[in-house]
Amino acid sequence: MSAHVEEEHFAGSNKLFTSIWVWLILLTLIEIFLAYRPMPIHFMLTILLGLSIIKAALIVAYFMHMKFERLSLILTIVPMLVVCICLLFVFFPDSIRSAGLRYEFKEQPPAAEEH
Amino acid sequence: MSTEARTVHFPAADWGGGVHPYRVGHRKLGMWLFIVSDSLTFSALLMGYAYLRASNVWPTPFPFYPSIVFSSVMTFCLLSSSLTMVFGVSASSHGNKTAARKWILATIFFGVAFIVLHLIEWNHLIGEGLRPFSLPAHWVSTFTTTDGKLPTPLFGATFFTITGLHMFHVATGAVYLSVVAARVKKLKHEDIEISGLYWHFVDLVWMFVFPLIYILSVDVGGHLAK
Repeated sequence: MSAHVEEEHFAGSNKLFTSIWVWLILLTLIEIFLAYRPMPIHFMLTILLGLSIIKAALIVAYFMHMKFERLSLILTIVPMLVVCICLLFVFFPDSIRSAGLRYEFKEQPPAAEEH
Repeated sequence: MSTEARTVHFPAADWGGGVHPYRVGHRKLGMWLFIVSDSLTFSALLMGYAYLRASNVWPTPFPFYPSIVFSSVMTFCLLSSSLTMVFGVSASSHGNKTAARKWILATIFFGVAFIVLHLIEWNHLIGEGLRPFSLPAHWVSTFTTTDGKLPTPLFGATFFTITGLHMFHVATGAVYLSVVAARVKKLKHEDIEISGLYWHFVDLVWMFVFPLIYILSVDVGGHLAK
């Protein structure tokens, strides 16, 4: 542990943190409100993910103190994580394809052949 | 050849970072790297959930009460626990370890409240008949499509895996914070800040689990109640 790290004060006031908490609660209430609004699931998913990313950014920036960290730390952690998560989407088109491949059991599944 | 040790000058100053390029200690950097890897774990699970959901008929069984009310109160608990945790870290940075302990204990309280509420919610769903690989019979009849496609029995697997892993993180965090609260006077400020990072991460994950698992599976038309 370096001494100069120890000496630094945790930036941000309790008033600032409380206002962030209020924003997070408000965004959560919007999400709950949206749950009962009739809309296509694609719109709903986009809006919910957008709100979640805003909430995550507020938590990381203020509660996790990232906003007050050195830029080199932010650049080391954030872009790599975003790229890795985006790469996970490479699987996604296959889910829609596999939906069309599945055999649909209308009645009972066919019995296995007796030998 | 001279036996005198040569002084080697590393060009550390040339890149402006010195010996602490990130201005954080190695333990804090380690926690950040753990958080990155754990983020990928949860991202992969949520992606698996999205994959299954897109390729199957997905039931939307959560009623306003108890599921949405409980999960909303749980969200409130976790957000509030993050606020008390950040107050604790802030108090610690000002050298007020007594106040830091008080805020950390409040954080543990909210964390335990989250777990208790979540277990009640799980108990309700298990009581209805939800299992990792099967749905309650009345869910199957309600959510079978008009052209006869059955809802996937993997709903329970994704629900219990994702919320269970998250609950495990909350429980681990509560134990971790209990140790920090007990030893707060002996610990350095950065150690308390590191425990805060972990706790906020647990909160952050819930910000994705709550809308994707709960909000997107609300029984809007009250089909199950009919």
